[in-house]
Amino acid sequence: MSEFLHDAKLDWLFGAVLLLLVILSLVGSSRRGRHREEGSGSTISNLNSWVPAWWKMCTIFTLAVLLGRIGALVLFGIISFLAMREYMTLVPTHRGDHRTLFWSFFVIMPLQYYLIGMQWYLLFATMIPVLACVYIPPSIAIAGDTEQFLERASKIQFGIMVCVYSLSHVPALLQLKIPGFLGHNARLLLYLVVVDQMNNVLQFVWDKLIGKTKIAWRVSPSKTWEGAFAGMVSATAIGTALWWATPFTPFQSAGMALMICILGFNGNLVMSAVKRDIGIKDFGMVVEGRGGILDRIDSLCFAAPIFFHLVRYFFVL
Amino acid sequence: MSNHIHPIASLLAAVGRGISGVQVQWAGCEPDERQRIYFANHTSHLDFVVLWSALPSELRARTRPIAAKDYWEATPLRRYLAKNVFHAVFLERTVPAKPKNSDEPHYAGRHLIEEMADALGDEYSLILFPEGTRGNGEKVGPFRSGLYHLALRRPDVELVPAYLENMNRILPKGEVLPVPMLSLLTFGKPLHLEPGEDKDIFLERARDAVSSLRRIGSS
Repeated sequence: MSEFLHDAKLDWLFGAVLLLLVILSLVGSSRRGRHREEGSGSTISNLNSWVPAWWKMCTIFTLAVLLGRIGALVLFGIISFLAMREYMTLVPTHRGDHRTLFWSFFVIMPLQYYLIGMQWYLLFATMIPVLACVYIPPSIAIAGDTEQFLERASKIQFGIMVCVYSLSHVPALLQLKIPGFLGHNARLLLYLVVVDQMNNVLQFVWDKLIGKTKIAWRVSPSKTWEGAFAGMVSATAIGTALWWATPFTPFQSAGMALMICILGFNGNLVMSAVKRDIGIKDFGMVVEGRGGILDRIDSLCFAAPIFFHLVRYFFVL
Repeated sequence: MSNHIHPIASLLAAVGRGISGVQVQWAGCEPDERQRIYFANHTSHLDFVVLWSALPSELRARTRPIAAKDYWEATPLRRYLAKNVFHAVFLERTVPAKPKNSDEPHYAGRHLIEEMADALGDEYSLILFPEGTRGNGEKVGPFRSGLYHLALRRPDVELVPAYLENMNRILPKGEVLPVPMLSLLTFGKPLHLEPGEDKDIFLERARDAVSSLRRIGSS
């Protein structure tokens, strides 16, 4: 049976998230019709597009808690697989990359999650970054195609780093043995996801409300310094207010939340740039109904590894 | 021939669909009971399985692939898969050169057309890759004339173009292990041979019908 059940504070935190989602869903569906008529509902309809994704995230989180440590690893392994599938489909690869890609999907990815499962910290923290350098370029070179060699190697490396290495640090949070916090790690995972998602949506809202100075309009036309700053401050405030669910003091919680916000912002920005580079607007655009996972987890992918390492360094060792 | 679907065929179809994450779109027609020849671009061994699995199961039982005899009879495994599992219609690829000044399919060619027409009978549909071989996915190659002669011989059968996208990246020619990227399959508007239409013009039109269904990477 799962080790993360029977946690009253987790119930409170998750209950609050669900309550918020129910309210948002109700507000969204009641406003949808009205704003369509007025033709001014772009903010609302954009917000509405977040809600289904949040319901999915809640479902995944519930499953992860019910399945326990190993089940959560399998679950996130599947998400990694789907994200990398999306990424590799849209990033141009050559015929000569085929075997490297096969190994990436069917050996490196499962191995990463396996290493996390056996809690071999040193190896799971270093395997992919090192392999990305010593395995991927030679295995492409062996196929004999030199055209755009460096680009191809980098594209595959980047994909594995984001979709597998970084994302795998989310379920790795469940493995940490924090003194005085044993059995409560699911809260840490929820904390990371809530702060990250709040940061995304609040930045979006503040951009609409007070945004003036564009950050990099070519990369992401809607991002502004005002919106980013206000969004980070408000999401950090939410993170601070959630300190009771974490092993942190309010002050530490503020620091962690701010870090999640800054990295989440980076993740959004970088993945937007990648999308512009490939020439698409959303990862879910080309393959309708199947895609869009990367669009939802981009910020999380950047925040997860650092959050994991900071927690491990300051609260476990 | 029976209308029974071999269990291995269903299994392979499920595996093929899973690996290719295929998204099927019926853009020019709907699945239908009537006899059809589905013709598509060819870049991968997955092509047939994926196209076949995209059909509703009651149509699958009555849809057979055309398989190149030299390749699919080369080993016992291939032969078993093609003949017993998928009830393929074997077809000779190497037809002796055609006599000059003749638009009629000559003897050997005519024999092949008869075989395909027989395979159609009055209830079966066929899946045909008119390029005759697997390409690299960049461009749809020239069509062989079988489609034309078949259309001439069986004007009652609908010709449905289809485009399979990304299969060459999932399982390219010469590879055994697949990379599970996502793919698209688009069925287009049925085609008919116009009265008196020239063979080359028809084949070019059929090829255009296939390539125009391409949705990504067609810069």
